[in-house]
This record gives sequence, C-alpha cells and structure tokens, in this order.
Amino acid sequence: MIAVRELTKVYGQTLAVDHISFEVSQGQIVGFLGPNGAGKSTTLKMLTCYLPPTSGGATVNGFDIFHQSMQVRQNLGYLPENVPLYTEMKVVEYLEFRGRLRQMERTQLRQRIGHVVDRCWLNGVERKTIGHLSKGYRQRVGLADALLHNPAVLILDEPTVGLDPTQIREMRKLIKDLGGRHTVILSTHILPEVEATCDRAIVIAGGRIVAQGSPDELRASRRMTARVLVECRGPRQEISSVLSRVSGVQKVELLGGEATSAKPGENGYITAALRAKEGYDIREEVARTLVQHGWPLREIRLEHASLEEFFVQVTADQAMARSAVTLS
Amino acid sequence: MTRATTIARRELTSFFFSPIAYVAMAVFLVACGFLFCDDFSPGQIAGMRNLFDWMVWLLVTIVPLLSMGLLAQEWSTGTIESLMTAPLNEADVVMGKFLGSFGFFLVMLSPTLLYVAVLALYARPRIDFGPIVSGYLGIILVGGLFTSIGLLCSSLTRSQIVAAVATAAVLFTITIAPWWASGKILSNAWLNVVNQAVFKRYTDFSRGVIDSGHVVFFVLSTAVFLFLTTKVLESRRWK
Repeated sequence: MIAVRELTKVYGQTLAVDHISFEVSQGQIVGFLGPNGAGKSTTLKMLTCYLPPTSGGATVNGFDIFHQSMQVRQNLGYLPENVPLYTEMKVVEYLEFRGRLRQMERTQLRQRIGHVVDRCWLNGVERKTIGHLSKGYRQRVGLADALLHNPAVLILDEPTVGLDPTQIREMRKLIKDLGGRHTVILSTHILPEVEATCDRAIVIAGGRIVAQGSPDELRASRRMTARVLVECRGPRQEISSVLSRVSGVQKVELLGGEATSAKPGENGYITAALRAKEGYDIREEVARTLVQHGWPLREIRLEHASLEEFFVQVTADQAMARSAVTLS
Repeated sequence: MTRATTIARRELTSFFFSPIAYVAMAVFLVACGFLFCDDFSPGQIAGMRNLFDWMVWLLVTIVPLLSMGLLAQEWSTGTIESLMTAPLNEADVVMGKFLGSFGFFLVMLSPTLLYVAVLALYARPRIDFGPIVSGYLGIILVGGLFTSIGLLCSSLTRSQIVAAVATAAVLFTITIAPWWASGKILSNAWLNVVNQAVFKRYTDFSRGVIDSGHVVFFVLSTAVFLFLTTKVLESRRWK
C-alpha cells in the first residue's frame, strides 16, 4: 500500500530525513515513533506531496508521490500537526468546502458529511463556528476532513497532541477502528500510543529508522526480554550464587532490599532480578530452589521490559553514535 | 464548480467575517461620498471624473488592507498545508484567492453606482454615460492589478502587516510617485518611463477614452503578478 525507498530530505545544510525505506501493507496501522525533530513530520509531508523529497521516492496506493501527485492526494487523507482550520467557518461549511475542493458530487458529499460527523462524534456541533470549539473538537473536525472522501490511506501527524486523557482514549479507539478499512500512518512521540493503537512501529531518530517491527518484536530485537523479580529473605551472597546455578538463569542481579546487610535472622528481604536464557521460564524452578533452602519467598513476578526503556536506549545510542562521529 | 471558484467563494465569504474588510469598505465609501460632493454641484458637468481620479489614490491604501491576509494568513496558520495536500494545483489556489478578493473589491465598488443614479436623476439636459462607463472599466482594471500585486506580496510573507506595508509601498511607487515625479523637471527618457505608469494610463479612462493598449497593459500585468504568485507557492518545492 505504501512503499518508501531511500527517501531523503535536506533543508539547506540540515539532513532532516536520511535514506529511509519501509513498507506498509493494506489495512495496517503503523506508528511513526521518535523524539521531536527526528524527521517524522518531514517524512509525512513528503508522503502527502506537500514537500518533494531531495532524493529517493515513495508510492502511495501504487502512485508515485512525485510524478502522480494528484492521484496520491486523491487517495489520501491527511491530518496535519496542530490541525490548521479556517476558524471563521462552521463545521459543516468547512466540510462542504473541503468536499467541493475534492470535487465530490453533491448527494455523495452530503451523505459522507453525515457519516464522518457520526464517526468523529461531531453531532451537536455541526452548526458551530470552528473558532469557538475546544481543541479536542477541532482535532475531530480535522479527522473528519481527512476521512471525508473515504481515502485508502490516512496520514495523521500527532493526532492526540493537546487532548485531555478522555479525548486521547477516544481518539485512540477511533484510530484503532479505522485500521482494516484504511491504511493508517500516525506519528507520535508517546510510546503507550503505539502500544495501544499500532500493529507496527517504526522508530525514527536523527532522520533514520533505528528499529521497526511490532512492539513485541522491538523489545526482542534489543534483547530486552522479560526479567523475573524475586523478593525473598536470606543471606545475600548465598542467594545470589544459588540462584545463578538454577537451570535457565543467565544473570542474577541483586537490587538491594529493605535490609542491606542481610544476615540470617535479621528479618531483611532482598530483591533479585533474574534474566533468563532465551526460551526459558525460570519461575517454578526458582521458587522451588528458594523453598528448598528454607528462604521465605514473598513475591515472584515476571516483568516485561517497557517500550519506554527501549526508546530511551535507542535514542541514547543515536546520540552516542553522533558524538562519536563528531569526535572522530 | 471548479476548484478555483470553490476557493473564491470561500474567500469572498470570509471577507464578510473580517472586521478589517468592513473598516476598509467603510473608509472607501465615506471618502467616495465626500469626493462625489465635488462632482455633484450645480453648474458642473454631470460626470464622475473627479471621483474616479481620486479613487485610485484611495485604492493605494485600501487594497493592501484587503489583500494582506490572502496568503500570509494561510502560511501563518498552516492552512496552506491542508490546501496543498488536497488534489489541486497552485494555480487553482492563486486564481481562487484572486477572484475572491477581486469579487470583494467589486462588492465594495458597487454602492457607488448609486451616484450614477443620482446624477442621471438630476443631470440636465441629460447624463453622459460614456465617460462613466469607461471610468468604471478603468477602476475595475486598476482594482484587478492592485489585487494581484497585493496577492503576490501576501504570498511572500507570513506576516499580514509586512504584506500590507509592502503592497502599499509597491502601489505608491507605481501610481503616486510617477505622477508626482512628472511634475518635476525630468529628462525625456525618464518621462517615457513615468508615462508607462498606472495613473497616467488610468486618467485616460476617467476622461472617457478607452485605449485598447491600456486595457491590454492592465490585463497582462495582472496576469504576470498572478503567475509570479503561482511560482512563489511552487517555490516551497525547490528548497
């Protein structure tokens, strides 16, 4: 549905997007994830034909963004960052204007307006002036405009910025509903958003794709597998050495606990973080071992590495790589 | 309806929501009223020449107020992005914006037709419509040219103030400055240049002379400014 090859954008001296390539298949919701200034918006602006690429190219719905820009734009709905709207117009007037720009037929336009007003929960404000609406409603008007011509591809630039928690949840639900029928690319710097709405995430930093895959795959790719946290009472060193001998355990790390000098009988619990070898579930074995040694076990749980950690790690790596380049 | 007329219609409607447009219109009409008083007195020729001549001077300040927001506002609010990602050309946008604001100019001009009616009523033995028709033709051509210059200036900046000042400066340079300079001692070469200017050509219309050369001059120069505006809009692709 969307194929991007070696897409590059240079603004003057700045390399904003650096040879990125990816593909999005039909009906997928893809999250474009990255810190501010990573090149997300620039990439989306190129895909929507607002800016031409410096080099490389892309096809949207089979049409080339450079040579078949009109066809691309006909098949695309775009919600720009900050949702620019004509504030003096009424909601319905605005949607009618946008529909006429797209040369939609009158009856079809009326029917589609009814549909998107329902879909984006705009009932009751259709006759209101856009300038008098709250940020959340304006965002919905922008989305209604993007959906108006029932495009195959939807491109949403930071669709939840500036919304309150309830509105964010509604917006995410709406976007999730849109998947399947529409191919959606959304950009965000909020990680839970990707986990909540997207089938796939493309992590972009410094104009480059640093990772892509489903949220689960991304964690795996960084060997950020889950770890097991054990809270028990007993001698620190002994616990550490015993647990590291349990089959499947790769590494044991003592995180400290309520008591740092954990001599037997001092009633102090310590927490150990165990990393398992790939494919092992070590919980049962660990519990059994602890009980065998007579060390009281208070808690044992599996902790998934968050995408957040992954994100921080990736962007830190990028910064490090950049400073290494500057030094050399 | 074509895309350009869709944009033109929206633009024209938006003028009626803008206080600045009402202020500009009010100033223009009040000033025209005073000027018409000079034309409308016993013993005078039943014409509107005085009004037409001064109207151009008024437009040098009024048109910038009307045209300043046309594209500068689109840049500053970012609406240009949703416009240019819809399936339409830069030329559609420029033509639509031009027609919209030119339309508002015509709306602003239309109450002055009342003066024609008043003249027709009181003129003895009868009113000479010739110079009035040519005068209107002239002022409409000038309005088109001024609007296209305003549109170009508006496309070059995000600031409406800058757009308005730049437009006024350009209009002053091509209209009032040459008229003022022609009163000074100038070499023949310079006089030839000055004679090409807007005011010189325009006064022929208000005198009742329709010179096809003048018509072509106004229409062509309007087209040139519209073309340049299209190129400015396209220029974001060259960067």
